[in-house]
Amino acid sequence: MAHVSQTLAKSGKPFAYSPENEQKFKELLPKYPTTRAVILPALWLAQEQDGYLTVEAMEYVAKRLEQPAVAVFAVVEFYTMFKTEPTGKHHIQLCRTLSCWMRGYEDMQKLIERKIGIGPGEKSADGVFSFELVECLGSCGTAPMMRMDNRYWENLTVDKLSRILDACKQGRDPASEDTQ
Amino acid sequence: MTQNIISARFGEKNAHTLDGYQKLGGYGTLKKLFGMKPDDVIEEVKRSGLRGRGGAGFPTGMKWSFIPKNTDKPKYLCVNADEGEPGTFKDRLILELDPHAIIEGIIICCYAVGIKTAYIYIRGEYDAPFARLDAAVKEAYKAGLLGKNIHGSGTDVDVVIHRGAGAYICGDETGLIESLEGKKGQPRPKPPFPAVIGVFDCPTVVNNVETISALPWIMSNGGTAYAAIGTEKSKGTMLFSISGMVERPGVYEGAFGVNLWKFIEDSTGGVKDGKKLKAVIPGGSSSAILTADEARNVNLDYESIAATGAMVGSGAIMVFDEDTDMVKALEVVLRFYAHESCGQCPPCREGTYWLYEIVNRILKGKGRPEDIDLMLSICPDMLGRTICVLADSAAIPAASYIKKFRPEFEAYINKGNPPERMLHPGGINLEARAL
Ligand SMILES: Cc1cc2nc3c(=O)[nH]c(=O)nc-3n(C[C@H](O)[C@H](O)[C@H](O)COP(=O)(O)O)c2cc1C
Ligand code: SF4
Ligand code: FES
Repeated sequence: MAHVSQTLAKSGKPFAYSPENEQKFKELLPKYPTTRAVILPALWLAQEQDGYLTVEAMEYVAKRLEQPAVAVFAVVEFYTMFKTEPTGKHHIQLCRTLSCWMRGYEDMQKLIERKIGIGPGEKSADGVFSFELVECLGSCGTAPMMRMDNRYWENLTVDKLSRILDACKQGRDPASEDTQ
Repeated sequence: MTQNIISARFGEKNAHTLDGYQKLGGYGTLKKLFGMKPDDVIEEVKRSGLRGRGGAGFPTGMKWSFIPKNTDKPKYLCVNADEGEPGTFKDRLILELDPHAIIEGIIICCYAVGIKTAYIYIRGEYDAPFARLDAAVKEAYKAGLLGKNIHGSGTDVDVVIHRGAGAYICGDETGLIESLEGKKGQPRPKPPFPAVIGVFDCPTVVNNVETISALPWIMSNGGTAYAAIGTEKSKGTMLFSISGMVERPGVYEGAFGVNLWKFIEDSTGGVKDGKKLKAVIPGGSSSAILTADEARNVNLDYESIAATGAMVGSGAIMVFDEDTDMVKALEVVLRFYAHESCGQCPPCREGTYWLYEIVNRILKGKGRPEDIDLMLSICPDMLGRTICVLADSAAIPAASYIKKFRPEFEAYINKGNPPERMLHPGGINLEARAL
């Protein structure tokens, strides 16, 4: 299965779309002949709003689309990009598939483990980083690579990744370190 | 031979904008298109010999002609931009550098088949490609190239971009359809085929991004001109994503029918750091692997590659150098399929799990002498027995790695640990790595 079952508990925080997302939600509806088809885009909106999906957010999406809550829970469980817990400020998705392996993703993993002290599936105590290993991200020509902050970081080397992580740690924009 | 059809605008500045695209002749086929009978457009595409570039290589014109003509139901196009086959990174380039070619191709397909709504299913991780595509769709609407009555032709085409959320299996056409309907992306048994009952229970064409992008060229130059490129059964050009241990990995367009290794060498400069070639995967991690000798002696076209037991697939070529540990490589491949199996079919769910478990224990030095034959005996039971071909996609490479590089597997088992010289290209002894 795509990902491990997580126990779902209510967060205690009520959920509703922001006015901006409410507008986007309304624009989604006429694009599909069924409301069920809006589950994925509606979940994306909710996740973009809060950074992750609370049980309340999933129930809200179900209600807005007049779908049973289980239909929404099942979708959230199936797709690896839907998160039911907050990620770190910088969520690292390091590719571990064939070309990235050949080009040394393991060195990048070691660097992350050494520098931040977290392994795959973990989050740093200060909440700055979380880290997961993912499968091929369609960037094999620039391996090893990772996705972080909604963009790709390609042709990673120990030195380059090290600088990127330092920038994140120091609260600087890591984009300035995206050089060879 | 390099030939620029799909990649013709990749190097052009601002080709991703409407203005830039139109300056290069973009949307130039529409006038001609709307003057043709829809069936003649299908004939033109049939004449081109274009085959699907998503992996299965099915003839595109034929696929379109399976859509029922006299139906009251709406028909749909799903453009497959899920690009998940390991080693494949060419659709991303089209999405980022030439998104209007996709839109023009969509208009061509929709007109030919009588479709009014196209969904582009793009993988959730493709942020930059999504942004470019989204901007292009908005521009096209504004310019009256999408929406109602395109350029006064009476043709309506709407395009909706739909983001996936991280599941390789949604790249399978029926997994994609299920996902688009708001469900888990678990493939459907066929028949019924999507052409008859597809998304929202309606007739549906599913085509890959690259397939769709080839249409504007075919419409403006004619199917015959396209068919003149390539070989008897492999017409035209394809984008090949070349990665792994080569000097200059990247996406290279080539006409079919050239020598595989020569094409790789000419495009990328050959094996990185002057190392020796060990093996080549010609068409994505689902393909059987070729030894260096096989790669040097085969032509890059559907029929020649198929004759070796491998496939052209999505055009994802991966190059292994002499230092690559084939046992570890197979473990990486099998971990992928075990992870991505949707779990519906027992031969897939159990087969991918056990193949991975066994290769993993061999790698850890805990393999038993009978393990190699055990793996080989599991593989045939995974072929042709499942709803989609993911099970085959794991079993075929597994059997080929073991058969072609058996001594490496035996070395792990006999010595109880990895042979000394086996370093992965990063230079770290695998033994030192905790799994
Ligand atoms: C497990 C699996 C994954 C697939 N992934 C993709 C993909 O990411 N992109 C794609 O275009 N086709 C993919 N395909 C192939 C599609 O099922 C389908 O054949 C293709 O999108 C049809 O378009 P084409 O005829 O233009 O190639 C996949 C197939 C399988 C079985
Ligand atoms: S073959 Fe595997 S991935 Fe495909 S439908 Fe069956 S269980 Fe799912
Ligand atoms: S193998 Fe890492 S991006 Fe494809």
